[in-house]
Amino acid sequence: MQGQKGQVNAMLLLGVYFTLYIQSFSYIPHSTGFSIIFNVLYLKISDYATNSVIYLCCSSLLFPGLIQREGGSMEQEMGELRRYRTQSISRGEFALSDSFYFYRKGLESIVDDQVTQRFSSEELVSWNLLTRTNHNFHYISLRLTVIWGLGVIIRYCVLFPLRITLAIIGISWLVIGTTLVGFLPNRRVKNWLSELVHLMCYRICARGLSATIQYHNKNNKPQKGGICVANHTSPIDIVILANDGCYAMVGQSHSGLMGVIQRSMVRSCPHVWFERSEMRDRHAVTSRLRAHVAAKRNLPILIFPEGTCINNTSVMMFKKGSFEIGGTIYPVAIKYDPRFGDAFWNSAKYNMVSYLLRMMTSWAIVVNVWYLPPMTRQEGEDATKFANRVKSAIAHQGGLLDMAWDGSLKRDKVKEEFKEHQQKMYSSMVVGKKARNSQEPHTESSKS
Amino acid sequence: MGSRASTLLREEEIEEIKKETGFSHSQITRLYSRFTSLDKGENGTLSREDFQRIPELAINPLGDRIINAFFPEGEDQVNFRGFMRTLAHFRPIEDNEKNKDPIASEPLNSRSNKLLFAFRLYDLDRDDKISRDELLQVLRMMVGVNISDEQLGSIADRTIQEADQNGDNSISFNEFIKVGNVYILYIDIDIDI
Repeated sequence: MQGQKGQVNAMLLLGVYFTLYIQSFSYIPHSTGFSIIFNVLYLKISDYATNSVIYLCCSSLLFPGLIQREGGSMEQEMGELRRYRTQSISRGEFALSDSFYFYRKGLESIVDDQVTQRFSSEELVSWNLLTRTNHNFHYISLRLTVIWGLGVIIRYCVLFPLRITLAIIGISWLVIGTTLVGFLPNRRVKNWLSELVHLMCYRICARGLSATIQYHNKNNKPQKGGICVANHTSPIDIVILANDGCYAMVGQSHSGLMGVIQRSMVRSCPHVWFERSEMRDRHAVTSRLRAHVAAKRNLPILIFPEGTCINNTSVMMFKKGSFEIGGTIYPVAIKYDPRFGDAFWNSAKYNMVSYLLRMMTSWAIVVNVWYLPPMTRQEGEDATKFANRVKSAIAHQGGLLDMAWDGSLKRDKVKEEFKEHQQKMYSSMVVGKKARNSQEPHTESSKS
Repeated sequence: MGSRASTLLREEEIEEIKKETGFSHSQITRLYSRFTSLDKGENGTLSREDFQRIPELAINPLGDRIINAFFPEGEDQVNFRGFMRTLAHFRPIEDNEKNKDPIASEPLNSRSNKLLFAFRLYDLDRDDKISRDELLQVLRMMVGVNISDEQLGSIADRTIQEADQNGDNSISFNEFIKVGNVYILYIDIDIDI
């Protein structure tokens, strides 16, 4: 606790003497000696505590999935169902048992499906002393409840006030700093200063969440004039990424506090904020982004192509809009460690404020960020294929499941095309073989 | 938030469901979590829309039939007991159940009950016969628009011809079992929980 208090003071001092000591802050010590030691210790203790809780109470092992599914394709499974038919195959390819395949698939999806679970928080193998991650609550022992009570006191009474203070300092400094920098006319100094201000503020904010971030492959960091693409789990992703570099944000312009922040940010360096009406016009959006990327001195834009928050166990379909802009794509994989705090924002359940409060009362936010080598669209590759290629690379690096389902299924209904696709596949099984049979009757016996 | 799952399901209820369906305690609590996560209205029952929200079910050609199987005659809501009762049909048959006391009533997930369930998915009007029309309906759902009416009609006719033994141009449950009997080992619509 000493380290963090000392850190708050250090940050205040920095803020006050910023204008006088500009040169010495080209390398902002976001980690003073105290805070490095504090962080390492804190994590080690939390790690030990979680592991000892596992040892103490051996909570119920929660399976990653509820059903064991057979992984066969439609053809394979139907083949299994039909394998012991007594009738010969030439008499039509429909069997009453064909429907059983669909029944089974349907019932399996009722019991456990791949998509809806992505829109709620991941279940942990063992409890990490946070009530919010406790899905099957049962009273285990007095000892555990006492430890949990201590945890609550520490988190709410000690950590939370410190974090709130830091967050407030961070955000107000962002607004003040960027507005001040906005008054400067000179190009180079202005850019350099604005990068400085942004970095400082994001680092303060990250401290405000007790975020410990590890960056891998820093040599692949996004360059100016590029597009940075990452998987989306929460609004904090922006803070996480901006801790290590400056990005031009893309998003909808809000009113209220967010609007104030957005407007002041734009004063120091160009970000891309859209009005709500503009967002609907895809063409306008693409051309604006293209213009931004084309100006090679602009900061790389940060886009989350999933379009919505997913719970960090998988990567869902990337919307192809971002991949039609052109330019180099710098994929980034972000993986949160769920043992210290659940970073997923379930926007249906919690609004932004309660989400941030939950973040600030978790143990910590531990993140791994991998910068992947840049990718460009290849000859003859369309935007969708390119998007899928980038998505697989990110999923592979981050250890996440690569899913083809659309993240917007959180709110919208699934398209009819998918059902029609299934129907088509089945029809070709029913009809196709028959057509083949009528054409080549002499090879009938070899058809089984 | 997190503690809703078990506290709303009382021990006595779990015991009753266990006896009725044969699921284990942990399976019941897991399925109850699943039930509550599907129940967006939080009123303890599921409606057809709640099922439709599952993408994998919505794209299943026979999705609507499967959903209907959960709702008893004429009702629009299904509670947890009904949910479990329907799912119980698909619990795998365990070895120790095969040699059970023959006087006891047949468990929900016996082979013939599974087949009866599958039969009822075809036989909508519950007259214990699958007529040509009913068969055509299911066929049409499965193939969509990709096969013409005549072709589909001839497939249906052929299927009825093969299965029908008493010449009434429809498939009764016994005929269904016989046709199904040949591959009875492979039509276990089992779900391993």
